[in-house]
Amino acid sequence: MAAVGGLRRLCTVGLGAVYRNKTSKIYQYRSFRVNGVLQQQSFDSLEEKPQFPGASAEFVDHLEFIQPNVISGIPVYRVMDRQGQIINPSEDPQLSKETVLNFYQKMTLLNTMDRILYESQRQGRISFYMTNYGEEGTHVGSAAALDPNDLVFGQYREAGVLMFRGFPLDLFMAQCYASADDLGKGRQMPVHYGCKDLNFVTISSPLATQIPQAAGAAYAMKRENANRAVICYFGEGAASEGDAHAGFNFSATLECPLIFFCRNNGYAISTPTNEQYRGDGIAARGPGYGMLSIRVDGNDVFAVYNATKEARRRAVAENQPFLIEAMTYRIGHHSTSDDSSAYRSVDEVNYWDKQDHPISRLRHYMTARGWWGEEEERAWRKQSRKRVMEAFEKAEKRQKPHPDLLFSDVYLEMPLRLEKQKEAMWRHLEQYREHYPLDLYEK
Amino acid sequence: MAAAARFILSATSFCKASVHTWSRLGGVAHSVSSVCVPQTNTRIQRRHAAHFTFQPDPVSAQHGPTQKMNLFQSVTSALDNTLASDPTAVIFGEDVAFGGVFRCTVGLRDKYGKDRVFNTPLCEQGIVGFGIGIAVAGATAIAEIQFADYIYPAFDQIVNEAAKYRYRSGNLFNCGNLTIRAPWGCVGHGSLYHSQSPEAFFAHCPGIKVVIPRSPVQAKGLLLSCIADKNPCIFFEPKILYRAAVEQVPTEPYQISLSQAEVLQEGSDVTLLAWGTQVHVMREVAAMAQEKLGVSCELIDLRTILPWDIDTVCKSVMKTGRLLISHEAPLTGGFAAEISSTVQEECFLNLEAPITRVCGYDTPFPHIFEPFYIPDKWKCFDAIKKMINY
Repeated sequence: MAAVGGLRRLCTVGLGAVYRNKTSKIYQYRSFRVNGVLQQQSFDSLEEKPQFPGASAEFVDHLEFIQPNVISGIPVYRVMDRQGQIINPSEDPQLSKETVLNFYQKMTLLNTMDRILYESQRQGRISFYMTNYGEEGTHVGSAAALDPNDLVFGQYREAGVLMFRGFPLDLFMAQCYASADDLGKGRQMPVHYGCKDLNFVTISSPLATQIPQAAGAAYAMKRENANRAVICYFGEGAASEGDAHAGFNFSATLECPLIFFCRNNGYAISTPTNEQYRGDGIAARGPGYGMLSIRVDGNDVFAVYNATKEARRRAVAENQPFLIEAMTYRIGHHSTSDDSSAYRSVDEVNYWDKQDHPISRLRHYMTARGWWGEEEERAWRKQSRKRVMEAFEKAEKRQKPHPDLLFSDVYLEMPLRLEKQKEAMWRHLEQYREHYPLDLYEK
Repeated sequence: MAAAARFILSATSFCKASVHTWSRLGGVAHSVSSVCVPQTNTRIQRRHAAHFTFQPDPVSAQHGPTQKMNLFQSVTSALDNTLASDPTAVIFGEDVAFGGVFRCTVGLRDKYGKDRVFNTPLCEQGIVGFGIGIAVAGATAIAEIQFADYIYPAFDQIVNEAAKYRYRSGNLFNCGNLTIRAPWGCVGHGSLYHSQSPEAFFAHCPGIKVVIPRSPVQAKGLLLSCIADKNPCIFFEPKILYRAAVEQVPTEPYQISLSQAEVLQEGSDVTLLAWGTQVHVMREVAAMAQEKLGVSCELIDLRTILPWDIDTVCKSVMKTGRLLISHEAPLTGGFAAEISSTVQEECFLNLEAPITRVCGYDTPFPHIFEPFYIPDKWKCFDAIKKMINY
């Protein structure tokens, strides 16, 4: 019993930490747990207590396996109900009208951009796209809770974080079109955004590779004492990768100021969660690493905001990682290469789109306060669509980057051999130029 | 004075207080073991003498005062210099805190603090991923992989992430501040998983640099260059040389250029090209060839595998007309293949004989059969004979 109680106590400490906001008590708890390992009994003590360096638990004299809590599981923290009503007023972050309107506009602008770019792929104008439908709340709620200097490592479905930070529509489009304005110099597939000024590390396709990297970056920031945190986004599918395990373990053992933000949206392409894991999601893994963890309603932008804000504050103050599992739903297909009707029902998708959408829930909150109405909605839809279309048309006309950019940045300096390969390419193009689309590229 | 590495068990030595270096198997890495061998009349198996004799380079005053150091001490010296001059530099990996299984980090934690020299959990993909993150954040990351044989879990992080960070971000981000160090190459008894030379896997990956020193003086200078280099570097350290190679090494920091091969000995009849431990084998081969065949060999240490110094090698082959490349790694797809292909493209009309490669066989690195497996001086000598008589 003691072992089971111990595990529950461990989980409760994790939950209590966020609910109670009594940080000094929690800090004591944590150092007590650490010291417990160090304060072993002296070896000649008469009491029989475990002496193992690996664990400081008590002995138990009957055989009982610990049940994984898959049925009841870690509860989902939320602030608003599905109609956008505040449930517990003390949890309402009471953000200003301006702030909340900004949340709403960023989420809807992202939604509008997604529609247009998805369509543009369908029409063959860009090669590939991934939408963020249904997960806008996870992006905006978490981004708003961070400092602009905090470093973001993403996976690929976090465009709203970048949008919230102020990445212009022109640059989103430039990356998707791989035009000469792309900050990434046209080297990657669409949606692989990056922006040094906005502290958003460039996205890469391999999943979960960013997780141990985020731990390293956080460690470096801890040494700098710069009051900066790192946030690392990933999906519940990527959390199965070995890199995720590595990142969690490293961040906890090396005491890194870091927030792990898992977007559990129910699917990894076609693989539902019951084929991805058997335990209680991703949040339940946190305690296994010695990490404070929480599960939140990802479609409730205030819940996401509150959890991220508190996690960020404590991560930096206490130099420890936090795990936030934001439950949400991927309303769109995995990407333009996917048709999700092959593995899920239209009814299921419609439920989430109509009954539990982060944008609608926030709109209900706003309209209840008289901050938003039909007119504002109509005007904003028109304005946001116009902005997106302007950026779109600009990107459509823009040339592609100069082909020399195929060869640069492999190393800081160009190796001699690569220089020769570049020259060879241009000699080839001199002779065979009619077979290459040179006119589309900058001269 | 050449220091010969002797691994012969003495029947009279019992449980010598030897250096116990921790290896994965909990056994001894390459120091003299504490096994007592009874004296009998029957033929007992003795562990062999090393297949080479380490040749130190002539002492140079070029970089200031020197001190007698072996290879692992020269590595420690380089790391010490780095931690002293670069406040962002950190060293991490499995067991580096107490000094490392090959003692490369002895004393550094006490001197510079536990936040700068620290153990990580046992996870190579984590070590390299973590190191990339440190580098991306602008600090200097020196990651140790305990044996090059265990670098493969980190292959994705190295090839897909580290190597491509600058390119894929349009130079917005990079992990140039990352250096990965790993013990490399045969050691007499390392077998499959303590003897590998994986440089060929990484040579195929634009965006990283791969460097392999032959001696303590080279190791310190090349390692400091890797650390200073603004690209992610992998630095393979020949473990058999950690104690066997002793030289007078400058105590101050100094750098040896990357991507520059070194001509150690000039000659006119055949170019011998190698890196790491094999350079010393080839030195002996050159002496044998001169003595027994009257053949004058030009000996080149490649030093940097990627990007490699094509010009120096080709210039030499254009002079001699013959090229022998040798490495411990298996023949097929080994780095000699890339060199051979390039040299025949550039120097085809100068060649007097086909380019020859003397390498390990296409097998995993065997335990008891190591003496037969390695590209020793007799195999290389024989190859020269055939080339001369082609």
